[in-house]
Amino acid sequence: MTLLVDIRKTLSPFVIDVRFGSPDGVTALFGKSGAGKTSIVQALAGLLTPDSGRIEIDGETLYDSAGGIDVPPEDRRIGYVFQDARLFPHMNVRRNLEYGSRRNRPTATGNPSFADVVDVLDIGDLLARQPHRLSGGERQRVAIGRALLSAPRLLLMDEPLAALDADRKWEIIPFIDRIRREFRTPIVYVSHAVDEILQIADTMVVIVDGGVAAAGPVDDIMNRPDLVRAAGDGNAGSVIPVRVERFDDAYGIAALSFDGGEFQVAAPGLKSGDRLRIRVRARDVSLATSRPRDVSVLNIFDGIVGTVSDGGQPQVDISVKVGGAVIWSQITRKSLDELGLSAGSKVFAMVKAVAIDRPAVGPQNDRPAVGPQNDRPAVGP
Amino acid sequence: MLSLSPLEIEAVRLSLKVSLWAVGVSLPLGIAVAWLLARRDFPGKTILDALIHLPLVLPPVVIGYLLLLALGRRGPVGGWLYDTFGITVAFSWQGAAVAAAVMAFPLMVRAIRLSIEAIDTRLEQAARTLGAGPLDVFFSVTLPLTGSGIVVGVILAFARALGEFGATITFVSAIPGETTTLPIALYGLAQVPGQEGSAIRLVVLSVVIAFAAMFLSEIVARRVRRRIAGA
Repeated sequence: MTLLVDIRKTLSPFVIDVRFGSPDGVTALFGKSGAGKTSIVQALAGLLTPDSGRIEIDGETLYDSAGGIDVPPEDRRIGYVFQDARLFPHMNVRRNLEYGSRRNRPTATGNPSFADVVDVLDIGDLLARQPHRLSGGERQRVAIGRALLSAPRLLLMDEPLAALDADRKWEIIPFIDRIRREFRTPIVYVSHAVDEILQIADTMVVIVDGGVAAAGPVDDIMNRPDLVRAAGDGNAGSVIPVRVERFDDAYGIAALSFDGGEFQVAAPGLKSGDRLRIRVRARDVSLATSRPRDVSVLNIFDGIVGTVSDGGQPQVDISVKVGGAVIWSQITRKSLDELGLSAGSKVFAMVKAVAIDRPAVGPQNDRPAVGPQNDRPAVGP
Repeated sequence: MLSLSPLEIEAVRLSLKVSLWAVGVSLPLGIAVAWLLARRDFPGKTILDALIHLPLVLPPVVIGYLLLLALGRRGPVGGWLYDTFGITVAFSWQGAAVAAAVMAFPLMVRAIRLSIEAIDTRLEQAARTLGAGPLDVFFSVTLPLTGSGIVVGVILAFARALGEFGATITFVSAIPGETTTLPIALYGLAQVPGQEGSAIRLVVLSVVIAFAAMFLSEIVARRVRRRIAGA
């Protein structure tokens, strides 16, 4: 699938002006609430008409202001999972699921069957229930199933986890990952949470104030703390591909090797040999100019300071090259001056093992090669 | 006391017939108008809204007289009906049904409109993304979720139609066996000295029918509510 979006819409008080492409796999639209992410996916679904521009999917034009084309939502074959499930209250789960499948002929590529969807989302026990008898997480799973069964060529997910508490959230994420793997439905996933994107997405588009601030592979964008902060997530830092080497059962600590050393993290449930990526928050990384002794910190790496970003704030972001990896550290400007750090300084980067918990560990994606669609997305005018 | 006189049976039969026809025929129009007022903006919306509400604020006699002017055999609409189809509405039970329907219409529209306005339009959007066109969405989502409002609207309209007097007697007069519904029959009896007993029997009958209708509607309303519980 290839999706091309190039739209403008004035929604007082602000203006949406975006241009991006999306390849197969999961593309995350990342940004603060109010940045215009929802308006963009609504325009994709046909629920919001842009003022001008073009939307194209697999060469078919869904919207073109110049050509006067505006395909109505029911003919776009784009599934939409809303933040608030929006199950039909007068239908039980089975009829909700069948609502879309009854109205759409399957696409040529074949679509997931009712049985497969029910199985993958584990909602077989819920079929006879009315929506108000479901928990928030169950409701969202049914909503995902309903959208999948309408035979979409693209699935939009608008913060599907935002209304859930943290525990439920981690219950649903594996299901989204299974959809990605088993049904290969391309997904545009809207979120303001770095953790979710790390778990789910391959590509990301950073939306700031209605425009595209950056677009590219998740690992690249996530390693730009400035971009992540601009999009409103203070959990900025580094994303590092790792491999699980050992698991210390006595302490519940996993050893993860990366291009530059070995991380010890307190994340249970990891299997030896798994290829993962971990997110190290910049503010969890402290720096020292001599090797610290007698400290509780388990991860201490030799490194060289790469860049120092000083925006006049009390905090500064420092990139530290550790072997072939880059670990970002956020320290105060005061510490920067006291340690006398600058590009090329030799430092020791310290990361507490407890700082990398389960949500900070995501799958390494079998990301498709970055095609021309991916080079095209540019910063809006 | 238990066996009803022919006159009483006729009054009950006519009342039910007139009210059922009035409600049944005006219901689809009522739903359409309620949906228009709830979901669409168009020029003249305020005027349509006011027009529909006129029977609530005007004396019923005025409505009856207006109906007579419009639908009488020499009226603009009545004349056309007579010339084209040979139908006369005035002074017939159909006329009584028209009068009852017009009087009950605002109540019906109000109830249904409130209930349509209470439906989350986002559910309708969700239905569109699942492949349902606007008409499909109306019948598969909007209408079923309006269920309780339709029940309430029908009950209110039926009650209003059952009790309709002023517009009816003005428009179709009191023609025995044709337009003598319960209130009109009762009014007739009350005009004649020595008929107090018969009048009381009609009063009791009216109360019984009203109770039965309320009871029935409560059962239906409960069933509808249970079906869309959580809505």
